[in-house]
Amino acid sequence: MNYHKFDVVIVGSGGAGLMSAMQLAHNSSIAVISKLYPTRSHTGAAQGGVAAALGNQEEDHWQWHMFDTVKGGDYLVDQDAGAVLTQEAIDAVYDLEHWGLPFNRTPDGKIDQRRFGGHSRNFGEGPVRRSCYAADRTGHMILQTMFQQSVKNQVHFFNEYMMLDLLVNNGQAVGVVAMNLRDGELHVFHAKALVLATGGYGRAWRITSNALACTGDGMAVAYRRGIPLEDMEMYQFHPTGLYKVGILLSEAARGEGAYLLNKDGERFCIRYAPTMQELAPRDMVSRFIYQEIAEGRGIDGKDYVYLSVAHLGKQKIDEKLPDITDFARNYLGVEPYYEPVPIQPTAHYAMGGIPTNIEGQVVIDEQSTPMPGLYAAGEVACVSVHGANRLGTNSLVDLIVFGRRAGKHIAQKWLPEAEFGELPGDPESRAREQVEGLLSRTEGETQDAIRQELRDMMMERVGVIRDDAGLTAAMNKLVELKERYAKVRLMDHSKTFNTELMEVIELGNLLDCSEATIAGAQARKESRGAHYRPDYEKRDDVNFLKHTLAYQSERVGAPDLRYKPVVITEFQPKERKY
Amino acid sequence: MAGDSSKRRVQIKVKRFQPDQRAEAYWQEFSLEVEGTDRLLDALNKIKWTQDGSLTFRRSCAHGVCGSDAMRVNGRNRLACKLLMNDLGARISVEPMLGFPVVRDLVVDMDPFFHKYEKVKPYLINEEPAPRTERLQSPEERARFDETTKCILCGACTGSCPSVWANPEWVGPASIVNAHRFIFDSRDRGAAERLNILSDRNGVWRCRTIFNCTDACPRGIHVTDAIEEVKRAIMYGVE
Repeated sequence: MNYHKFDVVIVGSGGAGLMSAMQLAHNSSIAVISKLYPTRSHTGAAQGGVAAALGNQEEDHWQWHMFDTVKGGDYLVDQDAGAVLTQEAIDAVYDLEHWGLPFNRTPDGKIDQRRFGGHSRNFGEGPVRRSCYAADRTGHMILQTMFQQSVKNQVHFFNEYMMLDLLVNNGQAVGVVAMNLRDGELHVFHAKALVLATGGYGRAWRITSNALACTGDGMAVAYRRGIPLEDMEMYQFHPTGLYKVGILLSEAARGEGAYLLNKDGERFCIRYAPTMQELAPRDMVSRFIYQEIAEGRGIDGKDYVYLSVAHLGKQKIDEKLPDITDFARNYLGVEPYYEPVPIQPTAHYAMGGIPTNIEGQVVIDEQSTPMPGLYAAGEVACVSVHGANRLGTNSLVDLIVFGRRAGKHIAQKWLPEAEFGELPGDPESRAREQVEGLLSRTEGETQDAIRQELRDMMMERVGVIRDDAGLTAAMNKLVELKERYAKVRLMDHSKTFNTELMEVIELGNLLDCSEATIAGAQARKESRGAHYRPDYEKRDDVNFLKHTLAYQSERVGAPDLRYKPVVITEFQPKERKY
Repeated sequence: MAGDSSKRRVQIKVKRFQPDQRAEAYWQEFSLEVEGTDRLLDALNKIKWTQDGSLTFRRSCAHGVCGSDAMRVNGRNRLACKLLMNDLGARISVEPMLGFPVVRDLVVDMDPFFHKYEKVKPYLINEEPAPRTERLQSPEERARFDETTKCILCGACTGSCPSVWANPEWVGPASIVNAHRFIFDSRDRGAAERLNILSDRNGVWRCRTIFNCTDACPRGIHVTDAIEEVKRAIMYGVE
């Protein structure tokens, strides 16, 4: 057995994982496991900015940011976590700057800030400049800066190791099993603390902004080990994905003044959200677009509308939005200086995930009981600071704030008293069965159709608009796909860098994440944030102001659902108007 | 929208290396239907998912920002996710980048590349106590090193450089780009250390200004110019 022992093992090398690593690198033995090289992590694709109430451009307060976050999340946000998020965002952004992050600057040399969807001054009066940014490649700069700091602090990386299993013994998380892609060997990592920071699962949908690597690995592995997944039905579609390819065109475009136009050239957002207009939150703008298309005002009667930046002028486009305008040129052959860009909503972000408390500890029941030794941060986790709909820029805030908190809690509270838990007997057994099962099967269908059918089904039935009939059909389809997946065959039986094996394991992870998503959506008979159901059009605070916890059960397609209350401190639920 | 989205058939010739089965690399041709607006990466995925699951390459973001899928396409280093079939003709050759040990098919060993990157101290060096808020930097000072902040460490420049092919010990263009990013950052105090590292015999002077790196960079970084600026900084100090 390939055995490794570290105080802390962090799985995932994006912003959350590396931010945790920074808190721990000085005085404990840590390892970061990543199925990619760290700089390939999907944090690097984030564009528009990271919100913090620095007040560099105009008056701002973290309480305003907190209010926007709670309201944006349609009151499903745990407000204790929302307060932590918005207060600590400020210091976390200064940390990044001190580590060298090249933010854009104001004329007097401070971090420049710009407008973003749903971020307002004075509790909803109008847009505010809160997003700290580096052109439209803020995530790239965060990832590079964190990786640079990891090099400086000599963090020990296991690159291109894929986590296959989480080891729990006597109720304590004691390690993970990972496969080295290079030679297919399994490795057991024994640790006092584990941080899951493996990101989201956008690849479950046909049109997505997410990288091919975003397959919900951490969520699925935890789910299979009896840990619940929280609020998985809350999945965000970003309004402006490049038509057909889904590549993200940042909300920063609208923050800088871009318009959304229907076939009549009308700025239709003004009709739906007179105050915030194009800068209404993402769940709403995605629905506005669906509504326009449904009523025949899509471009050429098709399923897309236009994002127009031409009126901003070449200089502003080149300075503030260089990458996204290049995407339009490169992938659609559209010149944004002069032409509007075809866009459609694209699957983007999981508000739900592995439940944690504000220290980043994974909590496993309705009473929020922590599992000793287990932490999660970033998109894989559900703190819950995004509730039913995340505001733009708050994903990067979540990474740095809760990545930092998880690392600090481990360093200051957990490691001083923790012992290494005993590994379970034959710790590799489940991972070995999984890999050997796949490598040995020589008959049956290959992965392609299963993946395509899953992604089509999620897009059609579990997208921006859901209803009872569609969700029932989705779950039936999911059960069928899981049965077929249990017999899936590989074409490649090599142990050397077998990416087909990796993809098929990822597909299994997507199926598990989708199961929890559909089940949560079926049971939530209301419309809230990103979860919109025409058959239950109103938000229902009496019955559904609560978090879903989905536990995998013996029966495929029928997870056990439990619920826990939402933490409400400052802001009582009100109707959302923008 | 520009671009032809009608289907057509292309031949993609891939240089394969399957170390479990054959000691030598060999070429294999695949024939498939593509749309003009498909990315080369989409075509490779289609081969992998429908014809030959053993075809091996790295990929992640699929839109040119993560740097996983650098490979040599029709003789030039490119990201497979940034090339459209419309721009490639009907016969396409794909092989791993030169100058890297090949692991399998298009997957090369990136570890030596990252070790060289680490040598140039690619992180902010400034031991002065940080202020409570941000360190100030004017927009002009920020603009001075903007170009080299764009690097995604894909290796396309380093793998295209004849000086790297001739001498694998050479630090190579990507490392110099990342040194440049800090040498010209007004907040950094480590320029002297880095320039010292880069002035040794495996430093900047092995650059012969061939410009392959600049041509290869998928982020449009003027790599050769950045290397020249570092050379000048060694000779005359940082401006």
